[in-house]
This record gives sequence, structure tokens and C-alpha cells, in this order.
Amino acid sequence: MTGLSIKHLSMRFDLPNGSSVQALKDVSLDLAQGELLSVLGPSGCGKTTLLNIVAGFLAPTDGKIVLNGHRVTGPDAERGMVFQQGALFEWMNVRENVSFGPRMAGKRERDYGSHVDHLLDVVGLRDFKEKSVYELSGGMQQRVALARCLANDPDVILMDEPLGALDALTREKMQSLVLKLWKETGKTIILITHSVEEALLLGERLLVMAPRPGRIHREYRLPFADMGVATDLRQVKKHPDFAQRREEILSMIWDMEEEIMGRTEGAS
Amino acid sequence: MIVFILYVLIFVTSYFLVKAIVTRATNDYASLKTVTFGDESAVVPNRFASVISILTIFLLWAAFTGSSLVPSFLHAPGPFIGTATFDYTAELSDGQRDDATVTVVVTRAGEEPVMPEVDPGTGFAKNDVDEIGAWRSGLIRVERNDEVPEGITESVVAVNGEPLAPGGSVETNYGRVGMSPKGTLNFEPAKGWQMEPIWLPSPEAVAARFMDIARDGYRDSTLLEHLGYSLFRVVVGFLFGALIGIPLGYAMGLSDWFRGWFDPIVEFMRPVPPLALIPLVIIWAGIGETGKIILLFLAALWIMAIAARSGVSGVKISKVHAAYSLGASKAQIMRYVIVPNSLPEIFTGARVAMGVCWGTVVAAELVAAEKGAGMMIMVASKFQLTDIVIMGIIMIGVIGFGIDMLMRWAERVMVPWKGKG
Repeated sequence: MTGLSIKHLSMRFDLPNGSSVQALKDVSLDLAQGELLSVLGPSGCGKTTLLNIVAGFLAPTDGKIVLNGHRVTGPDAERGMVFQQGALFEWMNVRENVSFGPRMAGKRERDYGSHVDHLLDVVGLRDFKEKSVYELSGGMQQRVALARCLANDPDVILMDEPLGALDALTREKMQSLVLKLWKETGKTIILITHSVEEALLLGERLLVMAPRPGRIHREYRLPFADMGVATDLRQVKKHPDFAQRREEILSMIWDMEEEIMGRTEGAS
Repeated sequence: MIVFILYVLIFVTSYFLVKAIVTRATNDYASLKTVTFGDESAVVPNRFASVISILTIFLLWAAFTGSSLVPSFLHAPGPFIGTATFDYTAELSDGQRDDATVTVVVTRAGEEPVMPEVDPGTGFAKNDVDEIGAWRSGLIRVERNDEVPEGITESVVAVNGEPLAPGGSVETNYGRVGMSPKGTLNFEPAKGWQMEPIWLPSPEAVAARFMDIARDGYRDSTLLEHLGYSLFRVVVGFLFGALIGIPLGYAMGLSDWFRGWFDPIVEFMRPVPPLALIPLVIIWAGIGETGKIILLFLAALWIMAIAARSGVSGVKISKVHAAYSLGASKAQIMRYVIVPNSLPEIFTGARVAMGVCWGTVVAAELVAAEKGAGMMIMVASKFQLTDIVIMGIIMIGVIGFGIDMLMRWAERVMVPWKGKG
């Protein structure tokens, strides 16, 4: 079977003072090949923990991840990751960064060269191949990170707030780019974000998580990602359904935040 | 004191002079800032000040050593050189008095004095001639040639008409005339403000000595050999230290067992100054090359180990995660992520280690060595060869500075991404 399934995932961290934190509780989810899932939730709802478990950086205390029929036990080239920032190798130039995966796999320049150059074209960095990554702007660096991930041809792409550190304009351009790449490559993508708008725009499926313990609160199937592939993202945002969904989810998250505040205030 | 006052004076006057003469026509960002006091980034070194500062040091050095490099009107008053005279009045125990003149030829050390012929004069006290080196003092036995009858004693009671008793002294135009408790005169020609060459040789004397030693050597080795030996020890000791220290640091950064095992050792050895190890190293390995290299190895080892360890701990975990999810193996992560990421730290450590090694080797050579920069200045100091000592210190400084510059250059070339992560 193809696709990613998350089965009854639980995660509990023991703290040094003897208490423990339930970061995730019984999270289950099935993702078909080529689906784009955005994950939204207030801080502390365990969305980054979930991503780290799927990436294989953390082992869950309970449950399992199954990708294409086999169980995930550690990081692997089949699951690429795009970080919020700072994960590029500044001792390599742009092209060396992008070709890192194929080179580590022992491929030769003539095997990966054209693919890497094509990806650099797609993300608009054709003229920056030989530049050092620290000479690039934040948006360009994230495009390098995207291209580096795609060059490795993973089955699943995990994005941990990849656009969170960018300014609003760059962010919008990058959102279009993510949609475009998703449609072109047909990758399964899990995108974690803090922005409701971004989650709505990019998520073919949208997961709202609730904190303490981290769990799935609601799930949506949305038409906006497909609309965004065809038209301008600003047109999508004008759609009446979009505004309604945004309000709905925003107030949902507001309620959760207020509940947390009330709980901590009551406790203190 | 005078030197210090002069120095401050030059500092202040050159400040006002430069400010008055040089008006900045630049329009760069820093010069347009109105708030500069308290803004460290607006303080760039004034290069005029740097140049004047260096010139001042040499000027004061030259002025107070009577150097031929500066015109003589800039010289501080030198010691009296030439022919000094003073009169003395002698009294015999029978009450008879007579005056006579003493002529003293004051010469620089090493010069042959030309003694003038003097007329002995009349009376029982005869005129005397003597010679004294500049900056020295000497006894002058004026009664030596006096004609004193048997059974009568002579004593000097005044100099230049000023009464003088044993233990006292009289200032003359040419210097101080003192009288010892036993009544013998001694003459100390005026010293002036210049430094005596055995305390501070003039710049050209140091330069001449430099040429001399560079050509003929000192203590059976040329200057190049002395400096070369010191450098050789530093480089070899440092290389061994880096060769063991860097892998050790990596192991400490990557394995909990290594970290636990070596933490106490490294943390204990780090604060021990390498100089404190010199006695032990001499006991164990003697004063030969082995001992020196062991010492420098130990000096570099802990610094390099700690630098490599913090280089590893400084790797952003997201970079390691990224490399893993791009399919890199552990060896590849070591080679392509951890090592390059730790290079800036290692270079910083190497710069510190080279500096410490250079200081340590000179100190070790001061204690015991057959060749080396430290040995050279130590032996020279025992013979009061101040020019060699000063030249040696300058060479040690120049080489230390050169090492640091070289390391900075290597760092710029090899880790251009430093601080850009």
C-alpha cells in the first residue's frame, strides 16, 4: 500500500521533576500519496513533536508510523524535511546545498546534474548557483531548502513552519511556489504553520490540533489549494467560503487559547 | 617621570594638531552620525594617532639615548663629556692652607682618554689630572702628588671654595664632588637625562646588533637559527597538540563515555598554566627538544580539545537533522556537517593555542635551552648585553604578531562562513 499512516500515536515526556507532559495522545491519520496536509494549532499542541516523529527524529512512546507499507524507525531520505530556518550548510554554495542528497547517495554529477539545475530554475535561483548561502535573503534561503529537499526525491515532504520567518510579500510568493511544486511533483506534504490563512490556502486537508494533551481537534477537506494552483492566491482569499472558514478556525483556536489561559490562571 | 610627561604632552598636542589640520571631507555613514560617544561602532582607530604613536616611541627612545637618527637638538641633555675642572682647598694639620686644581677627563666607555699636561703649580697642594668614564664615578686622590712634610697630615676642607666635610658633597658645573667618610674625594660627572647604553642602547645600536647577530650569530647559532628553533618547537608542539586534541574534542562532543571520561581531566588541566609544567617536564624529559615539545604539546592539547568540543556542540541540530533526512550516513554527517561546522571554533582555538605556545616556548627557553630566542635574551641579559635583549624582545614580538596575522589570514581563507550561520 502507498501513503502515510499515523496509527494511535502517543508521546509522553518525563520531566526531571518527576511529572510528565503528554505531548500527543492517540493521534491517528491516513494520508494518501500526493495529499497536502496542513496542521494548525495553538502553541504547545504537539504539532512539531508530531512532525519530528514522522521524520524519525523522535521515537513515540506508543503507536507507529507506516510509510508505503514499512514502519518508520529513524530519519531517512524518503522523508525530506524543510526547517523554519538555519538548516542550510553555509560552507557549501547554493548548488552544493541542493545536490547534497544525491551526492550523499553516491550519485555522480552527470546523473543528478540536470535535475538539480532544473530545480534551481524552478525555484528561481538559476543565477545564484555559485553564491554562498549566507549571501542570500531569507526567502531565497528557504527556496534553496525547498530545492534541496526536492533534489533528493523524497516520498513525503515535511515542512516545519517553512515560511514563518519571512516577510508578508515573500511569504505569499513562496506559498504559490509551494503549491506549484506540490502539483508538479505530486509529493505528499505535511505543512505545519501558525498562520490560519496559510493553512487554508495550502492545505488540501487541514488538521486543527488541540493542546494538553496534543490531539486532533477537527479535520477539514478544503478546495482552496486546488483553486490556488489555477488562479492567483489573492483571488482565492476573496472567495466568500475562504473568509468564512478563516473566521471559523480562528475563533476555534481563540477559544482553545483562552481555555489554556484560564487553566493556567486558575492553577496559579 | 620626564619621559612620561613628555609622552602625555606629545599625545595631547598631536591630538589638537591633527584635529586642527586634518578636517574630514568624507561623507561616509560613520562620519554622519551625530551620536558617537557611547556608540562603539562609530569609534574607528584614527590612523594618524597610530602613526604618531609609533613615531613617538622611537622619538623618545632616540632622544633619550642620544641617537644619531634624530637631529641633536632633539636629544635630551647627555652626560658631561670633556674636561672637567674643580678646585680644592687642602689644609695641613699645622694649619697651612693651599689651593690646587683638579682636571678630570670624562670619556665615553671604550674611548681612550687623552690626558692633558698640567702645570703642578705652586704651594704644597699640586694640580691633579685624572680620568673617569661618563655615567661613572671615581675616587680622586688629590693628596697623592701633594708635598706634605713627614708627620703632618693633609685633609681637603673645601671644593670650589665651598666647605666640604667627610660624607658631604658639593655640586660643580661638571658634576658632583663628594667626600667619603675617610676624607677621599670622589667625582661623579653630570649624567644628564640620557640613558646609559648598558641600560638602554640607542635604536641604531640595536639595529647594528641585529645585523651583527644575523650575520655572525650569538652563542654558536645565528639569529635565524635561534628564532627558527623556537618556531620549530612551537609548530611541532602545536601540531601534535592539534593532532591529538581535535579528535579528542570531537570524541568528547560525540560520545557520552568520552565526555564523561575526559571532562575531569580536561577541565582540570585547562586552568593549569603551561609554565607551571616546566619544572616537571624538565625532571621527566630534560631540557632537550623532547621536553620542550612535550610542554608545548600539553599547552596546545587542552585548548584544541576544548575548541573542537565546543565546535561540535555548536552544530545546530536542525543542520544535523536536515543531513539525516537527506540520507547522509553518520560518517558523511561527520565529514560534511560536523567538521566544517566546527572549523571556525577550531581556528579560534588554534589562534589562542599558537599564542600560548609562543609565550610558553620563550619562557621554557629562558629556563633552560641551548638554542632559541628565549635562551638568547636570557644569556645576553647575564652579560648586560641590553641591545641583544631588546632586539630579541622585538623579534619575539614581531614573530608572535606574525603568527597571529597568519592564523587570521588562514581563517579568512578557509572558513569564510565564520559567524554567518
